[in-house]
Amino acid sequence: MFGMRITRRGLWIACLIVPPVLVLALFTVYPIVTALGYAFFDWNGAAQGDFVFLQNFRDVLFREPFATWTRNAFLHNIVVFAVLMVVQNGIGFLIAYALWRNLPGARFHRVAVFLPVVLSTIIVGFVWKLFFNPLFGLVNQTLRAIGLDMLAQPWLGQSSTALGALILVNAWHWIGFPSLIYLAGMQRIPGEIMDAARMDRDSELSILRRIVWPLIAPSATIVFILTFIGSFNWFELPYIMAGVDGSPYGSTDVLGLYFYRTAFGNQSAGTQDFGHGSALAVITFLFIAVVAGFWTVHLRKREIEL
Amino acid sequence: MTAVDASRNAAARERSGLGVFTQDALLQIFLIANTFIMLFPILVMVLNGFKTNAEIFSSPFALPNFQNLSNFEAIATGTSFVRYLFNSVLVTGLSIGFILILGTMAAYAIARYAFRGSGLLLLFFIAGLTVPLKLAIIPLFILMRDLGLLDTQFSLICVYTAMGLPSTVFIMTGFIRTLPRDLEDAARMDGASEFKIMRSVILPLARPAMVIAAIQNLVPIWNDFFFPLVFIQTESLKTLPQGLTTFMGEYNTNWGVLFAGLTLAAAPITLVYIVLSRQFINGMTSGAVK
Repeated sequence: MFGMRITRRGLWIACLIVPPVLVLALFTVYPIVTALGYAFFDWNGAAQGDFVFLQNFRDVLFREPFATWTRNAFLHNIVVFAVLMVVQNGIGFLIAYALWRNLPGARFHRVAVFLPVVLSTIIVGFVWKLFFNPLFGLVNQTLRAIGLDMLAQPWLGQSSTALGALILVNAWHWIGFPSLIYLAGMQRIPGEIMDAARMDRDSELSILRRIVWPLIAPSATIVFILTFIGSFNWFELPYIMAGVDGSPYGSTDVLGLYFYRTAFGNQSAGTQDFGHGSALAVITFLFIAVVAGFWTVHLRKREIEL
Repeated sequence: MTAVDASRNAAARERSGLGVFTQDALLQIFLIANTFIMLFPILVMVLNGFKTNAEIFSSPFALPNFQNLSNFEAIATGTSFVRYLFNSVLVTGLSIGFILILGTMAAYAIARYAFRGSGLLLLFFIAGLTVPLKLAIIPLFILMRDLGLLDTQFSLICVYTAMGLPSTVFIMTGFIRTLPRDLEDAARMDGASEFKIMRSVILPLARPAMVIAAIQNLVPIWNDFFFPLVFIQTESLKTLPQGLTTFMGEYNTNWGVLFAGLTLAAAPITLVYIVLSRQFINGMTSGAVK
């Protein structure tokens, strides 16, 4: 492209390429690059101040009260990730396997399991917030209807159950996604391999463990990495169901809420703090990028070319 | 799923330890239970939209009187729901339009013309796939402020277009590369301009890939809440997910109206999904699978 004679053809190609490149450069590359720069400055609300180098990073990681908030939110993200890996991806795998057997009604089940995935998190969050209402919500009404009154409790109102309830709602919302990615992986396994496996091995369980699971490793890589990124970007569902402070008592606070609150303020403290907010965003971004990068390389190694 | 699969299942039937019939029965029960858990909450949401508060609290599982549309009337007359819906259609439609136009332009250039740097250019777009743009919200906010776009729907359209371009360029480039060059060469022989070749030869053939790209972008853009939350303040400019939060706050004691509003908000994308479920599932999982 450089030093090229300006030709009609060159102009035509430039006309095709320049607009999309400009849009991506302006609204993706530029913000990502400047995000790092902003974190090195002191901010008076949304107005840029002096260059303070690593002060914002030191504050959010080591200075109180930031340090406690950061640790608290980060630990909750880890819990979210761990539980989703087991519940959402584990049950998702079972659903995929059941769908793969092509039992009667499989197509209907497949459409049903993916339906919540297309709904907005805002709708899902509000609906389940109403369902979790201690007195009139569907969850406790169902428990009372089947005689399990003692299990009825204020799910979102107490620290011990709030985060767990949110994670379960997330699993309900997204489980169709791992299910259908695993299913697509299973459908690509050549039939001959499965036939040969069934000749040799006795139980379906060992076939699943030794044949199917290794062969759908590429699907698992994608599901695991997306679960990881999603868990550490978690924002909308806790925002709707628990509020921007991660109530009750910060028991549902996660990095996404904490970052948003720091950068743009909440109702009680309506102040913007772009310096510490940027530092949090950069730390979260680097953490996600580094872990996801190394983990992808590690997961790719166990994938088998078919 | 084909005859091969069926015979494979038959082979399994003979060999398995547990007895394949039992296995199938257990898996079928599991699937039915799961589908029930997926659909029951949605069903209750819809049914509650036809009930009064008293009915929801006293008989949560009963069928409502479907002639009672007062909750839906309250939404149509008492809220800005129609306005939010219109805004969402406008923002999503324009964003997807821009994504398809700009994405196809870049993909066409990369796939069809040999020029220096084309490989690098494709990498530039693909790298955009990995960027979590939410974490760049502070610079985006300042950028929109400086461009004078804060509190306009155009700010959303810009961000959504940038978000959708990488996957679209990726899909379209791959697809256009598979199209045969004969037609194009023939048109060129006939003296057609490059623009004419793109518009009347390649674009009609690339339509299936454009549908996949459009669906892949439709769901995240239609459902997005985060960028409106930061960019939009004016009530009349809010999109549907954002407008819902206003509306949920206003009617927080009238559950019938709340459920009716949630039902109406969920209806458009649900109906489109039911009609086009195959394309949705392919579109939304294809980016991840291949």
